[in-house]
This record gives sequence, structure tokens and C-alpha cells, in this order.
Amino acid sequence: MTTQATAEATLPLEAALAAYDPALGLEVHVELNTATKMFCGCPTEFGAEPNTQVCPVCLGLPGALPVVNVKAVESAIRIGLVLNCQIARWCRFARKNYFYPDMPKNFQTSQYDEPIAFDGFLDVELDDGAVYRVQIERAHMEEDTGKSLHVGGSTGRIHGATHSLVDYNRAGIPLIEIVTKPMLGTGERAPEIARAYVATLRDLLKALDVSDVRMEQGSMRCDVNLSLTPKGADRLGTRTETKNVNSLRSVERAVRYEIGRQAAVLSSGGSVVQETRHWHEDTGVTTSGRVKSDADDYRYFPEPDLVPVAPTAELVEALRGTLPEPPVARRRRLQTSWGFSDLEMRDVVNAGLVELVEETVRAGASPAAARKWWSGEIARRANAAGQDVPTYAASLGVAPAHVVELEALVKRGRLNDSMARQVWDAVLAAEGTPTAVADARGLELVEDTGALASAVDAVIAANPEVAAKVRDGKVAAAGALIGQVMRELRGQADAAAARALILERLGQS
Amino acid sequence: MADLTRTDVAHLAALARIDLSDAELDRMVGELAVILDAVATVQQAPIADVEPMSHPMPIVNVTRPDVVRPSLSPEDALAGAPEAEQQRFSVPRILDED
Ligand SMILES: [Zn+2]
Repeated sequence: MTTQATAEATLPLEAALAAYDPALGLEVHVELNTATKMFCGCPTEFGAEPNTQVCPVCLGLPGALPVVNVKAVESAIRIGLVLNCQIARWCRFARKNYFYPDMPKNFQTSQYDEPIAFDGFLDVELDDGAVYRVQIERAHMEEDTGKSLHVGGSTGRIHGATHSLVDYNRAGIPLIEIVTKPMLGTGERAPEIARAYVATLRDLLKALDVSDVRMEQGSMRCDVNLSLTPKGADRLGTRTETKNVNSLRSVERAVRYEIGRQAAVLSSGGSVVQETRHWHEDTGVTTSGRVKSDADDYRYFPEPDLVPVAPTAELVEALRGTLPEPPVARRRRLQTSWGFSDLEMRDVVNAGLVELVEETVRAGASPAAARKWWSGEIARRANAAGQDVPTYAASLGVAPAHVVELEALVKRGRLNDSMARQVWDAVLAAEGTPTAVADARGLELVEDTGALASAVDAVIAANPEVAAKVRDGKVAAAGALIGQVMRELRGQADAAAARALILERLGQS
Repeated sequence: MADLTRTDVAHLAALARIDLSDAELDRMVGELAVILDAVATVQQAPIADVEPMSHPMPIVNVTRPDVVRPSLSPEDALAGAPEAEQQRFSVPRILDED
């Protein structure tokens, strides 16, 4: 094996989809935000020193016995309910047996044929407002694995490593695996639907407050299953499973890449190998991994150390009462109350700004100002830093109160729009609050009509030809004069007032 | 049951990460077949009216509250490890990628 991700032949998406229909399936693993692990009382703090959050249970020491975390079960049920699933009245855990050092017990405690939640769906809204219904096969409880560090190879990679070092802090953290049914009929929208599904799921789980859903920290991870069927055929093709596709953008790219790759294999007369593939974020390709084990190879059997989970109808109904407003309904409600157009709302949603705008409006800003200031310069900078706006704003210490203050300065007539932009840039550069920045830079609209009048008179005197045009009724020509007046006053004038005065002086008001 | 093949045993050995020589494989095919035959006797038990069960106690929903309990110290956690490095368990290099 080489460490290089060698690109295989791919067909352009359009050509691929002219000949084949994709069947897409997504498996999303979500780490719950419980205080303790699934089967023991060890804490689940992210980033702790290695092997400081381990005990005999999660290390699999002889004689240790697991006990189920009640909060994890409740979170699993709430996730099932929000995905419109049936909740099992009785279900068990199972041992998934495999020998790999990331699981010290040599099995992972999971659920096999008795998931706690099954047969649901999630409606996903696409960029143009179309809604695609994703059928949910199941959501089941399991536990996370440890983290391996490969030593001796280059940059921690497995290739060429002499040995591996394992930290079991993560082993045993509650995971919910959410599996879709094959999504059919998605055609050219498969990549977009995959991304929208993961984004919607992320927002939903965040609203449920069951997980941090931080893809970059691995608390939400996605595996992409994909197969192609020749147009008109009625059997699904052989599928591949691309592991650890860990950003929304990568989900979309990985789906697109696999469609192109499999189409190239099939159209050249080859056959797709059923295997696990690895996603390479840097090069945007997948490479062949191990040949996928059969479920038989895991030799699942019911976990004898745990008793069944049998949620009562009362518990399920009580948990149903704690569900948040569905994202699509919530979005419609906010859009109406904010008075945003469909396009404006979509931009806010796609930029992940809904909560921030909501908070800013609650703090006293107008919805228009909240949208304007959070989606302009700061969005560009956040994007360049590879972060979302809320995370980036928090790292800068820029808060909704700053937007409220900036808007107030504009409303009070102290700043015009271009001055406000200048102030906001300075706020983003950590120069202080909007008022402090305006004070420090001496920014203040010229309200002294005397100064404005003498600037207007000077500009008119210096531009007799333009002035004559305006006098003759070509009001549009006044623009050049307004520009000069604004420059004269270093931008600190109200352009509307300057315009009114110029037209008045030239007999056009 | 006794139709266990040499390929089956080699596959099981691979899953269990046990390296068996050809001679050992041959011997295990015979021995495992005997064991399977013996265990197969259980299948003759009259179970038509018996609910399948995976636990001897008819109880459900044994849970604990989501409250942190002390973990082991890393020294204690690593005490039983044949080798440790950087406060982590040191294991032989992993051949197949994951
Ligand atoms: Zn533990």
C-alpha cells in the first residue's frame, strides 16, 4: 500500500447520471453529551489527558460489569422521536465481536436486530426550497471506541508505523448510530441531499441538546454508502462505504466523487468491489480500504451482562413532550417574524446564522441589521479562517450587543452606512466596542450645516459645467458633486443631506 | 454440524487474530467438529413452548443516573499493560487500516 491517495478514473457527474441511478445511504454516528459514559460513571470531557477517564468497566477488566446510563437511553428515545421513529417496547444490547486495539474488551457493546428506534423519516429542505423525505431505517445505541496514535510512520499515519499508542478516554462514550434506508430517485441532487440531510440532522440534534454535534471534533461522524444501478435495472448495485466523512462539504464531495468513480468502473466493464473506502479531505478522493466484513464475522449475540431496555409508554410520551419545534416549522416562523425574503432566509440558514440573528434581534437589533452585520465582512473572514460565523465571532469576542450598539449609532444619526462599515471592521479587528471605535477615530457625521453648506458651495464653484447640467434639469449629474462633497468632508456627512442641499442651491428642489 | 471445513476454521482463526500452522489447522478442524457435535445435543431439547431468553432474570431497565464517579488514575489504569508510552497503552502495530 502507498501513502499517496492515487486518483482513480472518474466520469463527470452528468455523464455518470445519464447512465446510472445512485442509491445513497448515510450512517451518522453521534456522540451524546451525557456527563458519563454509556456503561460506567467515567466522565466524557473532550480533550482530557490520555487515560484519565477510564475504569475497570470501560477498560474491559475481568469481572467488571456494565450498567446502562439512563440519560443516554432517554436521549436515544428523544432522537428516535424527533426522527419520527417507532420506539421499541423492548430491546437488547448485543456484542459486536472484533479484535482491534481500539476496543479493550474485544467487542463493542451495540444493538443488532433490536434497535431502540426504527422506521422513521426526516424531511430535508434543499437550497431551492424543495423538500426531500429521507426514510430512517433505525437509530441504535452503542459505545465509542478508543483513539489510536500510530508511532514510527510519517505524521501519525498507520503506514510504516512500528507500534500504536491507545487512549481509552473515548472508549465507552455513548453513541447513537442513525441509519437511513437507501435513498432512491435523488439523481443529480444526491450530493446536495446528502449534505442537506446531515446539516438538518445536525441542527435537529443541537436543538434537542443531546450532542455537541461538532463534526470537526468528531462528535458527529458520517459514513457514506453508495451504489449505482444502470438506468432501467431493478436491482441495486454493489455498494461501497466511505468512512469518516467529517464535514458537510466533504459529505457532498464524497458522494459526487463516488458516483463518478463507480460510473467509470462500471462503464469500462468492471465491477464495483464491496469495500470500505477512505475519504481524503485534502485531495477530495476516496481510496480503497479493507474488504468489508460480513455481519456474520462480527458474531453478534445478546449481551449477557445487561438486561433489556423496555421504555414504558408513559416515559416515551413524557419525552415526546420535551421535543423542540421541528427545524422547518421554526424556520418558517422566524422568517415571517423577521420579514426576510426566501432568498435572505436561505442565506441566513446556509450560513448557520439563525441562532445568532435570533439572539441579536432578542438583544434589541432590527432583523435587517442583524442579518446585514453577521453576513457581511465577518462571514468572509470566518470562511477564510475555516470556521462558522458563531464560532469565529465568539473567538473574537464579538457579540450581539455590538450589533445592537452599531445600529443605534446609525439610527441616532452619528454614523452613516460607510462609517458604520468602517467601525464594524475595527470591532472585528478587536479595537473595541462600536462607540469606543467611533470615539477613538473621531467618527461623527457632520451635522453642522455651516460646514456642509460651505463644502457644497466650494464644490459647485469648482465644477461649473456639472453644476450647469444640474441646473438644466439633469439631476443625475448631481451624483458627481455629492461624491466630491463627501470626500471634502472625509465621508463624515449625511449623503442625503448633501444631495438635498446641492439640488436646492442649483434650483432643483 | 460436523461439516466444518478447513476454510471455516482458517477464517475463524483470522477473525480471532490467531496464527495457526497447517498442522494446527488440520487438528482444529477435527477437534472443533467434535465440540460442535457435543454442543448440538442441546438442540434436541424440547423448546417449542419456551420463549427465547438472553438473561436468566426476568427484569428490565436496570440503569444508573448520569452522575460522574471517580475513574482510575492513569498509573492504575496502565498498571496491567505490558507496555505503555506517553500515558497510553502501547500495542503492536496494526496491519489492516481502519
Ligand atoms: Zn469507565
